[in-house]
Amino acid sequence: MKTQFFKGIIQENPIFSLCLGLCPALATSTSVKNAIGMGLSTTAVLIASNMTISLITTTLRAVSGGMFYSKIQNIRIPLYIVVIASFVTMVDFILKGFFPVLSKELGLFVPLIVVNCIILGRAEAFASKRNIVFSLIDAIGMGLGFTLGLFLLGTVRELLGAGQFFGLSVFGKNFKPAIIFILAPGAFLTIGFIMGFFRHVNALRAKKGN
Amino acid sequence: MFELASLFKIFIAVVLVNNFILFRFLGLCPYIGVSRDTESALGMGMAVMFVMTMTSAVTWAIYNFILAPLNIEYLVIIAFILTIASLVQLVEMIVQKTAPGLYDSLGIYLPLITTNCAVLGVAMLNKDTLFGESLSFAKCIVQGFGAGVGFTIAMLLMSGIRERLQLADVPACLKDIPIAFITAGLMAIAFLGFSGML
Repeated sequence: MKTQFFKGIIQENPIFSLCLGLCPALATSTSVKNAIGMGLSTTAVLIASNMTISLITTTLRAVSGGMFYSKIQNIRIPLYIVVIASFVTMVDFILKGFFPVLSKELGLFVPLIVVNCIILGRAEAFASKRNIVFSLIDAIGMGLGFTLGLFLLGTVRELLGAGQFFGLSVFGKNFKPAIIFILAPGAFLTIGFIMGFFRHVNALRAKKGN
Repeated sequence: MFELASLFKIFIAVVLVNNFILFRFLGLCPYIGVSRDTESALGMGMAVMFVMTMTSAVTWAIYNFILAPLNIEYLVIIAFILTIASLVQLVEMIVQKTAPGLYDSLGIYLPLITTNCAVLGVAMLNKDTLFGESLSFAKCIVQGFGAGVGFTIAMLLMSGIRERLQLADVPACLKDIPIAFITAGLMAIAFLGFSGML
C-alpha cells in the first residue's frame, strides 16, 4: 500500500517520468500560486473520478458475473469521460464561486482538466481493475506527484521570471527578472532541463544499484 | 469585404501569433509523442486539422441551438467532450478504411485525439468569445481550421528537427524528450517574433 502511494510521487511522477498532463503543467506554472491551485483541482477530480469508476466497475462485475461486463467493455471510455466531465464541472463551479481570481487566472485550463491524460490514464490502467481503497490511495499519490511537479516548475519559473516566490519579492528591487521564463519559451526550457535532471539522477541511482 | 478581412486576421492570429502549441500549450502530448518522423507527424496534423474544423462547426451548432436556448450552458463541458469523442471515432473509422498504413503508424495516438486538449480547447475558446460579441459561424470554422493548420506546421517543423537530432551527439540524460522540449523552447522564441504582426 505504501508503494502504491509513493510510486506516483517520484518513480512514476506523472509529469517528469510518464510525460502525462503536460499542457496544464506548462500553461499554469507561471506562478507558484497558480501551480498549486491547478495541482489541487486536478487532484480533487482525480480522487473523485478514480473512486467512482472503481465503484462502478466493481459493482458491474459483481452484478453481471462476466456476461454483461464484457458488453460494457466497449463503451467504457465514454463512460469514464462522462464521469470525469461531471466532476470537472463541479470543480469549475466551486472555483468560480469561492476562488474567482484563481479561476480567472487558470481560465481555459479548468474545463481542460477533462482531457488531462493523467485522469483518464489512471481510470483505465488502475481504477477499473482495483477496489475503491487502492484507487483512492493511487489517486492521492498521483495527484500529489502532479502537484509537486507543478510546484517545482512554478517555483523555477516564478523565481527566474518575476524574482518572486508566492508573490513575495525574493531578490530585492535591483533584480531584473528574465521575463522570458514567464512566457511560453521559458516553460519549455524549464521542463526540458528539469526532465533531464530527473533522468540523470535516475541513471546515477541505477548505476549505484549495480 | 470587411468580414473577409477579419476572417483572415483570425486565421493569421491562430496560425502564427497565438499558435496553439507554442503559445497556448495546447496539444503537447501528440506534439512530443508523434513528432519522431515527418510522415506520421503530417498524418497526425491532418487528422487533428479535420477533427478541429468539424468540432468547431458541430459545437457551435450545439451551443447555439441546444444549450443556450434551453439555458443548460452548465452542461457545456460534458456536451462538447462527447461530441469530440464521437467525431474522433468517425475519423478513426475513415482512416482505418482509406489509409491502413497511416492507421498503423499513428497507433494509440489516433483515439487519443479525443483527449487532445487542443480540440476541446478550440471549442471552449469559440464559446468563450461567444459571450462578448457573438463569434459568427464562419469565424468559428476559420479559428478551428487555422488552429489545425498551426498545429500541423509546428508538428512538421518539430519532426524535421528531431529526425536530425537523432544523429546528433546529445548528452545522455537529455536524449529524446528533454531535448525535444528545449528545441520547442527555441522554436517558441522564434514564434514570439510574430507577436508584433497584429
